[in-house]
Amino acid sequence: MTGRKGQPLIEVQELEKIYRLGEVEVQALRGVSLTVDRGEFVAVMGPSGSGKSTLMNILGFLDQPTHGQYLLEGINGEHLSRDEQAEIRNKKIGFVFQGFNLLARTSALENVELPLIYARISGAKRKEMARKALSEVGLEARGHHHPSQLSGGEQQRVAIARALVNHPSILLADEPTGNLDSRTSIEVMEIFQHLNRDLGITIIMITHEQDIALFAKRNIHFRDGRIVEDRENKSRVIKEGTKR
Amino acid sequence: MTTFLSGLLVALRALMVNKMRSALTMLGIIIGVAAVIAMVAVGLGAQSRIEEQIASMGSNLLMVVPGSFTSGGMRFGAGTRSTLTVEDAKAIATEIPGVKYTAPSTFGSVQVVFGNQNWATEAQGTTPELLEIRNWSIASGRPFTVQDLEGSAKVCILGNTLVENLFGGIDPVGQIVRIKKFPFTVIGVLEPKGQSGMGRDQDDIVFVPLTTAQRRLFGRDLPGTVRQISVQARGPEVLKEVEEQIKDLLRQRHHILPNQDDDFTVRNLTEIMGTIEQTGKVMSLLLASIASISLIVGGIGIMNIMLVSVTERTREIGIRIAVGAKGRDILFQFLIESLVLGLIGGILGIGIGIVGTLVLSHFTEWPTLFSVKAILLAFLFSGSVAVFFGFYPARKASLLNPIEALRYE
Repeated sequence: MTGRKGQPLIEVQELEKIYRLGEVEVQALRGVSLTVDRGEFVAVMGPSGSGKSTLMNILGFLDQPTHGQYLLEGINGEHLSRDEQAEIRNKKIGFVFQGFNLLARTSALENVELPLIYARISGAKRKEMARKALSEVGLEARGHHHPSQLSGGEQQRVAIARALVNHPSILLADEPTGNLDSRTSIEVMEIFQHLNRDLGITIIMITHEQDIALFAKRNIHFRDGRIVEDRENKSRVIKEGTKR
Repeated sequence: MTTFLSGLLVALRALMVNKMRSALTMLGIIIGVAAVIAMVAVGLGAQSRIEEQIASMGSNLLMVVPGSFTSGGMRFGAGTRSTLTVEDAKAIATEIPGVKYTAPSTFGSVQVVFGNQNWATEAQGTTPELLEIRNWSIASGRPFTVQDLEGSAKVCILGNTLVENLFGGIDPVGQIVRIKKFPFTVIGVLEPKGQSGMGRDQDDIVFVPLTTAQRRLFGRDLPGTVRQISVQARGPEVLKEVEEQIKDLLRQRHHILPNQDDDFTVRNLTEIMGTIEQTGKVMSLLLASIASISLIVGGIGIMNIMLVSVTERTREIGIRIAVGAKGRDILFQFLIESLVLGLIGGILGIGIGIVGTLVLSHFTEWPTLFSVKAILLAFLFSGSVAVFFGFYPARKASLLNPIEALRYE
């Protein structure tokens, strides 16, 4: 594991999240405590409804916990305004979603540029950074294609490039291979391992597939809003991806 | 600035995706702007026609008419008494320095006969000055002379309507017409003037010398009395003053005691026409306001479509918020989109408004007049309407919850 630089990257203490669906209260998180250091590659597993997506939303500053504390690089999201949260998402967090969530009728390059637009990075520099991120996922040649002209795997790689382009502290992936076949899933995992190993990017990935989780360094299991298992992945699959 | 430009590009692209819908949304604004421009053009055209009519009536004009005639407690209205005389007219001309011309006249309905044609019209007996006062020029022939007046000559000057109705292409000058059985020689024909500001045909008239009218045509009047004195002041600035001086002079000449009412009325026609002009302005303002309402309705159309667009693009908004778009980024994106709709609609509306007005004025022969100010104002208004009605949908978009937005199918 990568050495600690004093403070852990992510520090979560006794997180609770209660949703109100009409009359019914749903407790999605029931006291989750977790520490993630820089350079880790964590797979979060668990059946649907176990609270892993809720955790992801909180870790991604998209949602606030009902109780408990969450620190990202020492920043407490509790009292931040919507816009301040947006700024943290923009600067420190990269999202990869199951459904890719690319803008349709917008080229791959422009999709990758999107976070930079909101970071107020202008013209030429923005293009340059976006191109670099695309080449990191091996798609430099397809920058002008629209999502509809790309395969699922390629679309997900564009989404990964978009998540990387701002040099975030952490990459949050929610079922990144959920819409992909097993071959492209492995391709995406190769990219994740490359980013983690060669660029030192911290990754937290939700998945319910055991074989995908095996690509991570650490596996966390969720059940009923609690962590039931948190262990180092001894049987890790390592893909020596082609040099990118 | 670059943010604005890139926002503009994003907006244009979003609008291009739904070309039909964008065009239909713009249609509301297009119609609104076109209507404002056309209505203002028609209103201004009407106003300029009124102004022409005022000029045609003669400038700085005052009319003095006798007061009402009372018989057995019954009052017969202005002009029914015979209190004004030719001498009154002369006195006004000589004693009030602000007066340029006066022309006493008497008038009544007559049947004018030429050959086998006849035409009912108004005969006005007057002095040569009237044509000056009324700014009326002779198309052919000659005006009255002092000799005609002194000799009660049986001569007349015809208005254009009579010429058209009595003389089928024959030159009327030198011809003999019969008015109340007396033969009159036509000595002149007037330039046509068209309708007066009150809608009366000013050309449906025959002028004869005042003395002739008094002796031959309207013998019932007391000798020397007239039914009207037209007065032209030297300028608009002395008009009010002259009006007061005429009143004082006539009260004095008619021996009216301070506690008695005037036995005459002075009408300031310029003022009356000013009122009509004012009415015209109010009318064109009203037209423009009605047209503006359609512009506002167009704005509601924009709001409607932007609401649909926000709902449709919930997921896109979710993505943007997730990667770091702030509330105002999303707000501006949608505001720019509706602004672009409004401004493009405004530009097209200006074009269609101008073309439509030209076509309208070609077929209806209405006078129209374009106002650059109104066009610019309509354009700015279309932009403001778009921003105003775009604000609510844009704000709605900016407040979306990113988690729910990302989950939206």
